[in-house]
Amino acid sequence: MNKPALETTPLMRRNTVDIVRASLKRRYARERRFRLLGATAVILGLIFVALLFADIILKGYTAFQQTYVRLPVTLDAEAIDPEGTRSQEVIADADYMELIRNALYQLFPEVTDRRERRLLTSMISVGAPQLVRKHVLAHPEQIGTTQELWILAGADIDMLIKGHIDRRLPESERRVKDQMLSWISRLEAEGRVAKRFNTLFFTNSTSREPELAGIAGALMGSFYTLLLTLILSFPIGVGAAVYLEEFASRNRWNDLIEVNINNLAAVPSIVFGLLGLAVFIGFFGVPRSTPLVGALVLTLMTLPTIIIASRAALKSVPPSIREAALGVGASPLQTQFHHVLPLAMPGMLTGTIIGMAQALGETAPLLMIGMIAFIVDIPHGFTDMATVLPVQIYLWADSPERGFVERTSAAIMVLLAFLFAMNLAAVLLRRRFERRW
Amino acid sequence: MSNWLLLLIVLVIMALAYQLGRRRAIARVGGPHQVKHLHSLPGYHGFYAALWAGIPALFMMGLWIGFQDQVIITLLTHALPPQQVEGLSAGQLNLLISDIRSLATGNIVSAQVTAELQAAADYYNHLHEISRIAMWVVVLALAVGAMLAVWLQIHPHLRARNRVESIILTIMIVCSSIAILTTLGIVLSVVFESIRFFNLISPLEFFFGTNWSPQIALRADQVGASGSFGVIPLFVGTLVISAIAMLVSVPIGLLSAIYLSEYASRQVRATAKPVLEVLAGIPTVVYGFFAALTVAPMIRGLGTSMGLDVASESALAAGLVMGIMIIPFVSSLSDDVINAVPQAMRDGSYALGATRSETIRRVIIPAALPGIVGSILLAVSRAIGETMIVVMAAGLSANLSINPLDSLTTVTVQIVTLLTGDQEFDSPKTLAAFALGLTLFVVTLALNVVALSIVRKYREQYE
Repeated sequence: MNKPALETTPLMRRNTVDIVRASLKRRYARERRFRLLGATAVILGLIFVALLFADIILKGYTAFQQTYVRLPVTLDAEAIDPEGTRSQEVIADADYMELIRNALYQLFPEVTDRRERRLLTSMISVGAPQLVRKHVLAHPEQIGTTQELWILAGADIDMLIKGHIDRRLPESERRVKDQMLSWISRLEAEGRVAKRFNTLFFTNSTSREPELAGIAGALMGSFYTLLLTLILSFPIGVGAAVYLEEFASRNRWNDLIEVNINNLAAVPSIVFGLLGLAVFIGFFGVPRSTPLVGALVLTLMTLPTIIIASRAALKSVPPSIREAALGVGASPLQTQFHHVLPLAMPGMLTGTIIGMAQALGETAPLLMIGMIAFIVDIPHGFTDMATVLPVQIYLWADSPERGFVERTSAAIMVLLAFLFAMNLAAVLLRRRFERRW
Repeated sequence: MSNWLLLLIVLVIMALAYQLGRRRAIARVGGPHQVKHLHSLPGYHGFYAALWAGIPALFMMGLWIGFQDQVIITLLTHALPPQQVEGLSAGQLNLLISDIRSLATGNIVSAQVTAELQAAADYYNHLHEISRIAMWVVVLALAVGAMLAVWLQIHPHLRARNRVESIILTIMIVCSSIAILTTLGIVLSVVFESIRFFNLISPLEFFFGTNWSPQIALRADQVGASGSFGVIPLFVGTLVISAIAMLVSVPIGLLSAIYLSEYASRQVRATAKPVLEVLAGIPTVVYGFFAALTVAPMIRGLGTSMGLDVASESALAAGLVMGIMIIPFVSSLSDDVINAVPQAMRDGSYALGATRSETIRRVIIPAALPGIVGSILLAVSRAIGETMIVVMAAGLSANLSINPLDSLTTVTVQIVTLLTGDQEFDSPKTLAAFALGLTLFVVTLALNVVALSIVRKYREQYE
């Protein structure tokens, strides 16, 4: 294409059409390649989404079932309620582990060695006596009879039944001993082992034992934290948006506010944790690990989102509405509260829901303010020690037991379900109230 | 509990004030039929009374709850017997105070419960009781007093509506100022603690040291002795992981933005775009779990099969997953700027006989480049500030290495590990976290400001 080349071949009449024609094939090939590259990128992105969800679901769906062993437990009146008072306290005080143990020994009369017997009882969860106690308290009339009860199995047995522990491995590489394996096989043959829906996962709080660990405490913690975040951030966010969008004159103070809000939206979340730690806990002495301090931090984090969305909603209300209201003598504030705000409210709510969804999934700043404490009690208020769902996920993900892997995945599924519900609500809200002026 | 009760009572007083104010306004003009003689509607008189009854009282209550602990602690420290306080360092004094507090609230105490400690705890409880009663008296007096004062003021010419409106406007200004207060709070909290940190460790050592092992500082004889607070390894780790993340997210994000905005049919775009954006809505702890339990073992297995030595917590795993997380940030921002390029420019290029890909490469990308750079910078700042993925998947040991197969650590990981668990507020170990936080805040803020100004400047060109 350079000049000397053209001059040396004067006979070849190279005009533009020829050049284009000669290179056309190459250019089309390049076009196809580029297009393919773009499609590959999109498909890759979609594959990542699919992989992520498939991984979580495959790892976690088993957590919604839990292994139970059916044992003929003799609810011995002598052991539970020797004086026949049937009082709740006496019944609650009885040693139910003993009853379960006896039931096991009865099923396996050949096991007499102390060490073997201990191995036998280790198949049962340490939380099983609690459940039996609950059952007896609910059915005191069964005392003195022998009942076929479904007893919660230990975590290792649960993993074995769910197939997470390979039975073909040599004994030394397996968490479950050969002996236990043979007992389990016998129980299975007798139809005494079954997987049932894991209600404990939804009613229990966290626990050191995977088979007893549940998300109720974290859910309640998340609930209180989010409720307070909503109570604080929604009015503040709407107030700020209305002022900035409708009343603020362009002066230095308001510019400063604007720049600040945009910057805050991009500050790393962990910095908010440092703020919470130094100001709320260190300076004001707000009790740590509580929904109260969590909500304060999350409020500051979600405010920019809510303010920005609310301002967009206010902007979309046409000026004619305001002019009409002002024209019939309404004051500027009456115009806002009676006319503009109701029209902008759906948009504001959408922004708030999205902000709440972000707050629900936030973890890092909450680690700073102590919400990673191991708390077994289910919180009952804003100032009770609590943890939240994403932090619970973080804690469980760190646990070495195999049983926690499926529980973590299941908790993630619950969290994602809530997030999708919130986002869906936002989308529906937007669609329902979308309006063209 | 008693605070909630007080809050409820104040709210009830506010409701009462509304009713009283309204009735009085009507009564002053002589019945409901004469309301036209009022300057404002009766409801505004009610609101005026309610706002006055509520705001000062609630404000007082907030102040009281916020500051009572500090006042009580100061009183307590002065009241402690001198032989108990004498010769204690600030840290030991803090420990003593927290012991007294734990004892008073019935928690576990680190020291032996002596008679003096018990007495101090009793005194602490006593002060709290006084403070509680005083707060009730002051708050209720304020509420009722203000209500009565306003009630007496009410007459037909009172400009109640204007006053109510100016109060509400003031409240809204306060709401919008919270953004500034937040920024101020962030700056003050990290700056003050960082200054305390730099008093113990020299900034030179902090910014140019190559050895990071904050644990050493716990031993009293070695406080800041061995250059253990050098952040270079953390910076390097952060950079390596962010670079991997950008290597994943920029090509995928940019190409999908181009494909979706230039090639894809309306239907494909309508489904693929929201699905990709799902990635942005997933909590980072989920990515962390995915990285730690699925990607890291996979990479390790892959590396071992190829004869490479891969750490079980590798920077590569964290970076890859972080890259996946950032894809939607790059793609939707780039999508915006690509869509902002006027159609006329495309048409002109097609008219000259260019193919679509040539148009994209020679016309659209150059036109959109500033915006794309801005979106990439925003993504970088996201990657630097990202916490949970690296905490869960990148490891804790500060290796000075740029090998992505090593276990590297980042600034955010160290902040989390330094500040979780038991801590006292004046050890260099804890303060170091705030110095790291300050660095993180400054770096990401600078990136954001630059990115936002680029994006904004560019957008105005076509408008």
